[in-house]
Amino acid sequence: MAPMRLLVGVKRVIDYAVKIRVKPDRTGVVTDGVKHSMNPFCEIAVEEAVRLKEKKHANEVVVVSCGPQQCQETIRTALAMGADRGIHVEVTGKDYETLGPLQVSKIMAALAKKEEADLILLGKQAIDGDWNQTGQMTAALLDWPQGTFASEVKVEDKNLTVTREVDGGLETISLKLPAVVTSDLRLNEPRYATLPNIMKAKKKKIDKISPKDLGVDISSKLQTLSVEDPPQRTAGVKVETAEQLVSKLKEIGRI
Amino acid sequence: MFGLLSPAGRRIPAAICYLQRFQSTLVLAEHNNEKLTPITLNAITAAKQLGGDVCCLVAGTNCSKVVEEVSKVQGVKKILVAENDTFKGFLAEELTPLVLATHKQFKFTHICAGASAFGKNLIPRIAAKLDVAAISDITEIKAPDTFVRTIYAGNALCTVKSGDEVKVFSVRGTSFEAASVNGGDASSEKVSSPSGAGVSEWVGQSLTKSDRPELTSANIVISGGRGLKSGENFKLLYDLADKLHAAVGASRAAVDAGFVPNDLQVGQTGKIVAPELYIAVGISGAIQHLAGMKDSKTIVAINKDPEAPIFQVADYGLVADLFKAVPEMTALLEK
Repeated sequence: MAPMRLLVGVKRVIDYAVKIRVKPDRTGVVTDGVKHSMNPFCEIAVEEAVRLKEKKHANEVVVVSCGPQQCQETIRTALAMGADRGIHVEVTGKDYETLGPLQVSKIMAALAKKEEADLILLGKQAIDGDWNQTGQMTAALLDWPQGTFASEVKVEDKNLTVTREVDGGLETISLKLPAVVTSDLRLNEPRYATLPNIMKAKKKKIDKISPKDLGVDISSKLQTLSVEDPPQRTAGVKVETAEQLVSKLKEIGRI
Repeated sequence: MFGLLSPAGRRIPAAICYLQRFQSTLVLAEHNNEKLTPITLNAITAAKQLGGDVCCLVAGTNCSKVVEEVSKVQGVKKILVAENDTFKGFLAEELTPLVLATHKQFKFTHICAGASAFGKNLIPRIAAKLDVAAISDITEIKAPDTFVRTIYAGNALCTVKSGDEVKVFSVRGTSFEAASVNGGDASSEKVSSPSGAGVSEWVGQSLTKSDRPELTSANIVISGGRGLKSGENFKLLYDLADKLHAAVGASRAAVDAGFVPNDLQVGQTGKIVAPELYIAVGISGAIQHLAGMKDSKTIVAINKDPEAPIFQVADYGLVADLFKAVPEMTALLEK
């Protein structure tokens, strides 16, 4: 099969190592002045796309992010990892607050058609919303097959063989291209962008468009009523020996 | 029905009660053509909380045993059965048209499944086809349109209200009791399956075999982390687990280091467990790991680093070398 055009979705999220704080008015979490980075699962998707290009399965890797201006930094990071060009779908203010997987998948599906993509790579979930939906929804809207939670992807002619991480172990499926794949943690180890590549990425093109340009309605019927702290656990006690531990657990009837 | 019985909720307008009488929920049963997967029982409990009729869809290549099992589950009114070779491997591309056809026929107000790999794969595909937002991994039902779920690796609880005509969601198994598998008397009915999509094919699987209880439903879970140092050393945990009839889990570090297979990973992106007793051995307690186990009833941490974050959530902490403490515990339990 001729080399494919890959579309990769990336999301800018609060860095995985940050301890988040809920806003006192319970409308969300504090994001101002908090370190953000590319969602770890998206990094893996970008890495896989770049590897597919290095293996000559793909001739172009197009990276997409939906959100405010700062998303361009996330796109730049992907460009520095080896993606060819970027598309920033600008969504701001109230629209961004209600932007969920359904809306993003509509954007991704419209872009897939516009860009004539053969394969869409996404992370299996974003570590902020923890929805784990966008890839599945994008595949549904396009009527393409889906290879979710992928730990291995092999291109064989017009098919993809995907090994998936499922509850009892692993399963292998075969998908007809075009298809959507979402990456699990063990798909690969993302590379670090080197300084020369970061410099080169500055010259790569990022197109800015709006959902309207794509004819996509991003209204949402899902409303966030409140965001709260989870119940805190009460402080525990330290025991001195394994013997004490076993007797404590017996005392409270746990063993 | 939850809020409606409370004093504050007594004065519900008649129109709402009228509407609620016609609620009906479709639960997508997860199974392996032999046995029902336990998380389906938790999803049925969640479905019952919605107050309307509960239907269960059993689709597969061989459904009779599972249908018999589901027919005895308390609270299930009707079982819809779709047996077809195209359902081999339970591919979302094949199951989605079936669910849509079933929905067209019965007009459900809610469609749900357990938030397992099966449910997470399938539910969003169905929702997108219905042009509705899916709600993942709910931990509580406040009203038929209002759900609670966790975000940011369990560090915040988010209450969402759906304005969609059909509510499509997945259920966190550990947040709802399992429905009783006795006393039900559901009738079953065959539903026709649309022709196959044919864009995907199930090739095979390699499942981890174990005699120990299944991780997500075990009463006791013992998990190991980087501190175990090697796959061979996990034997220490298996020995202790066997004494306690416990399941064995792991942190991402232990999986990435190749000590154990990935399906044992507990955490934000692995399995969510909430056993009676969780024993974390050689696990520091990163945010992502805590997301998968901090609702456990009692948490025990064994770690030689007194500063490890795991001690902040542990009910009982033992600062000790695990290579000494774990065999000691195993020996004590032999007595």
